Amino acid sequence: MSVTLAQAINRALADEMAEDERVLVLGEDVGRLGGVFRVTDGLQARFGDERCIDTPLAESGIIGTAIGLAIYGYRPVAELQFDGFSYPAFEQLVSHLAKLRNRSRGTLRLPVTVRIPYGGGIGAVEHHSESPESYWVHTAGLTVVTPGTPEDGYAMTREAIASDDPVIVLEPKRRYWMKADIDLPVAGPPAREAAVRREGHDVTIVCYGPMVRTALEAAEAAEEQGWSLEVLDLRSLSPLDTDAITASVRRTGRAVVVHEAARTLGMGAEVAARIQEVAFYHLEAPVLRATGFDTPYPPAKLEGYWLPDVDRILDLVERSLAY
Amino acid sequence: MVDDVTGAARAKRDPTSLLPPAEPVHLLDPDGTLHEDPDHPVELDDDALVAMHRTMIITRRVDREAINLQRQGQLGVYASCLGQEAAQVASAWALGEGDWIFPSYRELGAAIVRDVDPADLLHLFRGTWLSDHDPYEHRFALLSIPIGTQVLHATGFAMGARFDRNPLVTMVYFGDGGTSEGDPHEAMTFAGVMRAPVIFFVQNNQYAISVPLSKQTAAPTLAHKAVGYGLPGYRCDGNDPLATYAVTRRAVERARDGQGPAMIEAVTYRMEAHTTSDDPSRYRSDEELATAALTDPIARLRNHLRRRDLLDDATEQRFEQEAAERARAVRDAVYEAPHGDPLELFDHVTTVPRADLAAQREELRAELQRRADEGVDEGAGEGSESGGGA
Repeated sequence: MSVTLAQAINRALADEMAEDERVLVLGEDVGRLGGVFRVTDGLQARFGDERCIDTPLAESGIIGTAIGLAIYGYRPVAELQFDGFSYPAFEQLVSHLAKLRNRSRGTLRLPVTVRIPYGGGIGAVEHHSESPESYWVHTAGLTVVTPGTPEDGYAMTREAIASDDPVIVLEPKRRYWMKADIDLPVAGPPAREAAVRREGHDVTIVCYGPMVRTALEAAEAAEEQGWSLEVLDLRSLSPLDTDAITASVRRTGRAVVVHEAARTLGMGAEVAARIQEVAFYHLEAPVLRATGFDTPYPPAKLEGYWLPDVDRILDLVERSLAY
Repeated sequence: MVDDVTGAARAKRDPTSLLPPAEPVHLLDPDGTLHEDPDHPVELDDDALVAMHRTMIITRRVDREAINLQRQGQLGVYASCLGQEAAQVASAWALGEGDWIFPSYRELGAAIVRDVDPADLLHLFRGTWLSDHDPYEHRFALLSIPIGTQVLHATGFAMGARFDRNPLVTMVYFGDGGTSEGDPHEAMTFAGVMRAPVIFFVQNNQYAISVPLSKQTAAPTLAHKAVGYGLPGYRCDGNDPLATYAVTRRAVERARDGQGPAMIEAVTYRMEAHTTSDDPSRYRSDEELATAALTDPIARLRNHLRRRDLLDDATEQRFEQEAAERARAVRDAVYEAPHGDPLELFDHVTTVPRADLAAQREELRAELQRRADEGVDEGAGEGSESGGGA
């Protein structure tokens, strides 16, 4: 049957809550409204308002109390309503959620899942289109994953909730309505394994989250030029599947990394560094990056110029092939 | 949300019921005279009073030892609780066995009540690890340095207890400076709405490093802040162990009874520097310190016990001796504690081992091996040139 990414994540939450009564959902508007993107739709009606909790409007409060709930023994799933509103929770995420296990010398477990709708492309007002992944990836102790398909939306959400470690799930909000013809539940490979979404032999496109579909469209268009692109969906940003990245680059000799986030110290920098560390002699061209610019996220009417798209990817593919 | 909203409903009808008293609750004069107050009965038998006195003496002696250890170069920094022994010991005393404490970084007294080995806590200040006690065994969470952040953890934990119908209470310690941070504000907002059984225990020790209370807030008192969250604000003389105990006990039982959270402002005074790295002579006078010393909490309870013939010379001597022994044990444990194993850095990052960390662990292991092969002292580490701190 046809399932959207939002529905797949919703089902994953419901299935985890049904299986384990320690699983709680908390966040702004997640209860009665079902979330601003309806990802938590129906959970409060089904599981009650002590398991799907409408919190006061305070992001640090959401993450900080989720930490306390986890120490008590719950498995909280906290929603931060938008990427740009994850910043008020920065200290709780970085100084506590990520570090508490280490600080306690392994005594504490923090099975906290933090869901953050992220990225642009929906014409949203300021602060609703950001890509903050580098902050979390740079923070030791956090696992960071991002689904690029409805199947992954389901499987990766369940895996995150089942994990005894804090996991940030970055949900590509422009893909919430993307459909797949699947029957839930589905099982997926572990999130730490990247997935080849399309095989090719000329250039590897390394992408994740919202850019998986864009990269596939680029690969489709590239065929007309006679270029064969391999599309590698990272799925997990931390840890990063270096083996899968370098295995692909060994086959193609070329890589273009694609992400919405600004270029400097974005995932592309890390991917490029790892490729040249591990597969230097296989490279036919420098690793290139199709990314957002190093400017604040643009106003909605200009985001089309800012976000990487098929054209920007293909320009870089052409540059890569010119070496 | 949760069933019992009667407290909130009552407060909405009469918000003045949440207001703190004009003066902090005070039962014991510095000379030991007790003023009984039917609203704040001290339900402690004589043995408990003497035991509390003993714990405060041990706290002070171990605290002094930690300062000495810093002077001897064994600790990088230490935050003393001198002068705040009653605020900590008497408030922790008011909790039940299963109740949880969420400390900041100055709560040696509360830790000793909970039987946490001070040497385990001092790892944080020595830099050998970040903590080394089991929070579940002692119901005592990790020391927390970022100001006010632990207040949310205590609140979340208490929300969990409420959802689980578990009659436990959490108590979180923070300071006058902490009340200016955002997290305690969010925590009290959450706790009020969720009726979480958490006691927000503010030790108003008059200074946030160098900044006095008058520059910290324009609120009439810190306890007044509670009203804005729908919580009752209580105030006690934090150098009065009996008032602190009675006020805390009432708040704890009220919370356990499902009547929701409360804030307590314990008015006390930080007799030592903020930490061993601080120089208080730059911001307060000797006269001020001398005046504050007149309200010493330990002398006060001692005077009371002596008046009532509950404490004789021999017992006092025994307590001092015990305290000295505890201090010696802490000193020995700190001196003898091995510096951390560098490879352990990789062991507790996540519960599930990560391949990338395993590879980095191997890099460090190889480095250590090379150093050992070259005869370089591996303990010599180039990292810290001086033990510093806030």
